[in-house]
Amino acid sequence: MEKIIYLDNAATTKTASEVVEAMLPYFTEHYGNPSSIYSLGSESKRAVMEARETIADVLGTAANEIYFTAGGSESDNWALKATADAYKQKGKHIITSRIEHHAILHTCEYLEQKGYEITYVDVDEHGIVKLDELEKAIRPDTILISIMYANNEIGSIQPVKEIGEIASAHGVLFHSDAVQAFGQLPINVDECHIDMLSASGHKLNGPKGIGFLYIRKGVKIRSFVHGGQQERARRAGTENVTGIVGLGAAVKRAFRIMEEKTAKEIQLRDHMIQRILTEVPYCRLNGDEKKRLPNNVNISFRFVEGESLLIKLDMEGICASSGSACTSGSLDPSHVLLAIGLPHEIAHGSLRLTLSEENTMEEIDKTVDIIKEIVAYLRNMSPLYEDFVKKNK
Amino acid sequence: MYSEKVMDHFNNPRNVGEIEDASGVGTVGNAKCGDIMRIYLDIDDNQIIRDCKFKTFGCGAAVATSSMATELVKGKSIQEAMEVTNKAVMEALDGLPPVKVHCSLLAEEAIHAALWDYAEKHHIRIEGLTKPKSDIHEGEEEEKEEY
Repeated sequence: MEKIIYLDNAATTKTASEVVEAMLPYFTEHYGNPSSIYSLGSESKRAVMEARETIADVLGTAANEIYFTAGGSESDNWALKATADAYKQKGKHIITSRIEHHAILHTCEYLEQKGYEITYVDVDEHGIVKLDELEKAIRPDTILISIMYANNEIGSIQPVKEIGEIASAHGVLFHSDAVQAFGQLPINVDECHIDMLSASGHKLNGPKGIGFLYIRKGVKIRSFVHGGQQERARRAGTENVTGIVGLGAAVKRAFRIMEEKTAKEIQLRDHMIQRILTEVPYCRLNGDEKKRLPNNVNISFRFVEGESLLIKLDMEGICASSGSACTSGSLDPSHVLLAIGLPHEIAHGSLRLTLSEENTMEEIDKTVDIIKEIVAYLRNMSPLYEDFVKKNK
Repeated sequence: MYSEKVMDHFNNPRNVGEIEDASGVGTVGNAKCGDIMRIYLDIDDNQIIRDCKFKTFGCGAAVATSSMATELVKGKSIQEAMEVTNKAVMEALDGLPPVKVHCSLLAEEAIHAALWDYAEKHHIRIEGLTKPKSDIHEGEEEEKEEY
């Protein structure tokens, strides 16, 4: 098989070689337990501390507010469940949006079963949370607002600073799932009044199975995993030292190259969007044109279905993803695409392409050429297209 | 996730297209669920299916089951075509993942819908055939066209 064109960086990324290099000694040389007293352990402890400081620095906060977890989903679960428990005397109402990741939405459903009330705020047609609706949803018993930093499917960047100000003005905690945004956008937790923030290593060229939750000092959420004294006794268990070192190295790298990476991705992204929208009839861009992650392209092609499109692309060595039902394992297409008002039929025909700085203009052009062919081929086979053509004759 | 046969029928679908003045046409499924199949039959005076074509909007399994279903009924009598069940389509494809079994049901329904259309046009009754229940416009909202 010829070289693949990897355009699914929102699903996961290639671990950067400098990240792997940084991790390797912690498997075989510095394998000590950070909690041990001897010097073999202290090197592990030092490395964990260094990674913690790296992350704290880029967020503009203190190292003792960073808690390592197994990834984004765990961080989201922790933030929601622990806040719900710690603040239940104040109230049992939580506000989130309709376009959150399932790690948030399914946790909210779980909390609903436990007697909590959740308000799901709508987004506009570009996938941006409606601030007026959000503010109106706040009640005296609201304990938490959880809104993602940027959406994983359509790349829409949320007005996080404004949300933080609203939350802060009403004395409500603010959690942001920044799994897609962290490492792609500069984030300052103080400026945005963020009290908790989730992130994951493998979305920014780090290893899988490692992430963190930032918890502002003073937020009184308790232990998620009981056991030893690790992570200030809030998340017990021997540290995933290699993962933590890898995450630290990935964060360093991401913030070092951010400006250059962003510029290149935006160039590739806008070229791709422009070409598809002008060269393929009956398609639309999903998500906001400007308030958009630098690497996200999400387009719906009418009259074709996403899974078919993905299999055809895979045959050509192109990795992408879709919000069609068939790829979600249910009969409904993506909740995000439905939330921005797409009819089911058009949501089924969505294609998400998430780029990286390693992609080339040639790869993007080749992908667009192939998409054009595949879409034409599938439309030729589509009874919806047949009806459309006959109707418009 | 798919068998080699499914992939073969997805990548090289047999009998894609339309039949002008078809003896019977059946369309089943709905866009809401993401699968629509349309089957065209050309049936001769001896009630033999001379030709069969399909058009499908749907996933890999939907395309493959449509393709296989057309292969299975082509050249057959109406009664033989009635015996092409979803199970037969699935077996011919060396199985489908559990979440895709409904695609094979749609293929069976599409054939039945096309046969029903033929029977109605020719005022005949086909044993064991009932009116197709699927309505492709079920659950669809009026959409604004803005493309």
